Amino acid sequence: MEDMIFYDRLQFAFTITFHYIFPQLTMGLSLIIVYFKWKYLKNKVESYNNAAKFLMSIFAINFTMGVVTGIPMEFQFGTNWAKFSELTGSVIGQTLAMEGMFSFFLESSFLALFIFGEKLMGQKLHFLTGFLVFLGSWASGWFILATNAWMQHPVGYEILENGKFVLENFSALFTNPWLLPAFLHNQVASVTTSSFVVASIGAFYILRNKNLKYGKLFLKTGVIFGLVSSLLLAFPTGDWNAKNVAKYQPASFAAMEGIFETEEAGAEIVLIGQPNMVEKKLDNKIAVPNILSFLTYQEWDKQIPGMDQFKEEELPDNVPALYYSYHIMVGLGTIFIAIMSLAVFFLWRRKLYTLKPLLWVIMFLVPFPYIANITGWYTAELGRQPYLVYGLLKTSDGISPTVSSGNTLFTLLGFVALYMLLGALFLVLVGKTIHQGPKHQTH
Amino acid sequence: MEIFWFIIIAIVLAVFFILDGYDFGAGIIHLFMAKTEKDKEVITKSAGLFWDSNEVWLVVAGGMLFMAFPTFYASVFSGFYLPLIIVLWLIVFRAIGLEFRSQFNYQMWKDIWDKSFGVSSLLLALFFGIALGNVVRGVNLGGVENGISHYEGHYFFLPLWDSSFSPLSETPGVIDWFTIVIGLIAVVTLAIHGANWIVLKTNSSINQKLKKTVLKLNIVLAILTIFSLAIWQIVNPNSLNNFTNNPYLLIFPIIYLTGLIGLFFIKKMNKEIYPFVFSTLLILGGITSSLASMFPVILPSTNTVNESLTIYNTVTTAYGLSVAMYWGIIGFILLFVYMIIQKKIMGGKIDKMDYGH
Repeated sequence: MEDMIFYDRLQFAFTITFHYIFPQLTMGLSLIIVYFKWKYLKNKVESYNNAAKFLMSIFAINFTMGVVTGIPMEFQFGTNWAKFSELTGSVIGQTLAMEGMFSFFLESSFLALFIFGEKLMGQKLHFLTGFLVFLGSWASGWFILATNAWMQHPVGYEILENGKFVLENFSALFTNPWLLPAFLHNQVASVTTSSFVVASIGAFYILRNKNLKYGKLFLKTGVIFGLVSSLLLAFPTGDWNAKNVAKYQPASFAAMEGIFETEEAGAEIVLIGQPNMVEKKLDNKIAVPNILSFLTYQEWDKQIPGMDQFKEEELPDNVPALYYSYHIMVGLGTIFIAIMSLAVFFLWRRKLYTLKPLLWVIMFLVPFPYIANITGWYTAELGRQPYLVYGLLKTSDGISPTVSSGNTLFTLLGFVALYMLLGALFLVLVGKTIHQGPKHQTH
Repeated sequence: MEIFWFIIIAIVLAVFFILDGYDFGAGIIHLFMAKTEKDKEVITKSAGLFWDSNEVWLVVAGGMLFMAFPTFYASVFSGFYLPLIIVLWLIVFRAIGLEFRSQFNYQMWKDIWDKSFGVSSLLLALFFGIALGNVVRGVNLGGVENGISHYEGHYFFLPLWDSSFSPLSETPGVIDWFTIVIGLIAVVTLAIHGANWIVLKTNSSINQKLKKTVLKLNIVLAILTIFSLAIWQIVNPNSLNNFTNNPYLLIFPIIYLTGLIGLFFIKKMNKEIYPFVFSTLLILGGITSSLASMFPVILPSTNTVNESLTIYNTVTTAYGLSVAMYWGIIGFILLFVYMIIQKKIMGGKIDKMDYGH
């Protein structure tokens, strides 16, 4: 039983982590593409249109990857988490079915038109199809996060005698207090990822001294979008989410922040430290007193419950993983704001394009928003443990009773092998597209 | 209400097999018939432009099953664990074959992805047919017999095959001689459908050849259909009851027959849309007849302990179904709007279209 749960969780974590790489880029990139297309409609400068189309060819590769890795996600609910599906299907089946109906259809119908239809449609319609692709991809995020928000903070349900959750109030699913902050934080994060990617491509072109016109355009757009979005990540969206966790999942909040013991006179904020689960304390801690209480409740001495206030079985089952995920996310976010502020400052002083050290940093920054996003997702998911539906349904009660751990391990290895191949292909194709540069896309 | 949703999901599934069916079929045709680079390119394009919006129907069907019949979704998907995961892998291979073949202009690169597209289309068609065969045949649905618990409740786990390879065995596997026959029918049907699609969408040099192939395949299909009716009776003796009790259900087999007979006359027809309409009728009739023969059962139980899964004992509550109906109607209207826009802009032969930027 133990290893059945372990392999099921590992498989889901692996497949969703890999999947999430792609939609987080496509959601943000579609916004930047719409922006370029709009600039082109306004002033008819050809390079904006080429920039939009170039980014669209990167979008298309990502979209394919997102689709082929996303279809298994939906079906894994049934294959690996059959009990969970049976018990909660009538609630989260709503949001999942709506995702297919309202967003996936929109996105995939108009993507082909956007890529192949420019000459068949004229510019205004072409802009519109691009906008609909953007709308579809954001709607997709909305429905997926509505599903996740219900698991984090269940609302609008009723539990029958046989343990099944049934829907009692449909609109509650979308007015869930967890949903809007989580959605906004996630969307802003995806804009950060894609603006860093765009800025990085720009920096690469400038450093290579080729496609200079586009290099400057990408770099400039990327760092401006990057600064705005990484500021929004911290405030208000990040702050809003942290307050939600403190309110609805206090045990997770204590674990995330690394508070082992409750302090009477207000909680300190931990900057650095390693959770020591044996002695129940943080090793090598650097912390600032009372800040956490202030950030969370705007009161310097407000008490925040530590992990000692909760029963062992209510605490997340992997406190160090949760703690590190959260701190890596927050730490990277802070670094992003610093680097992008610097970049925008030099852009304003007209020195950015020749400032090689900063260009190198921007070029190699690309993996980090991905890491921040993934650790952010882990923070949410590990924080919800040991529950699938917070406080109501344990993870161990959600797996498929008839699928043995051997089968799950076999399919996990299959997914790992297949996704390695996909990852390699993806890098080759995106690399090729970037190498060819704008105005030379294949299709 | 459950009947309404059963019909909706049946329609979504049928639409999925009709739409994605033609690009599966294009893959099968591509594997066996495409010889020149030009043919390969147009066939890939005839599928590649549409597969992702077609595949959304599968996602929607899955989501709706999850929402409306959660017990069915849970037991079937975990019960058919291995074949389902293999199907997911094949979907990946097919999609990347389609999307990435023309990214590099090396022959070897193209050959690899052509084969990937063709072989996985073939296997997927086969597996979908086998899946239908399994649902018709039924499975050993858990339960407790003589004090020995098989599995809890209605959960089961099907191995890929059982040593006897017989659908009548106590513990049949996913693959047996009955499900293989249904699988072959699916492959032939989709190959016909795909060939008609290619003829409709391209001016490919193999179009004339494809029309002959469709005729040959149609003969094979007719023979397989008659054969399958006989073994269907052995596997599921009750399958005619619904039709004798409610003769109006015979409309579904008649739709199938119309498609089958119509396809024999395509040589005389001058419009290329007709063959495609007939193969659409084949798929529509085939799926709806199978479902009508089982109704209201959606997964028969082969043991005596556990009752079969029906739309009544797997359904969710009425409230959930009724709200879903409202957004479902809005969703379907939007879908038709998208489809009309897509058809307006991307209709016609694809090789005449001016692609690119």
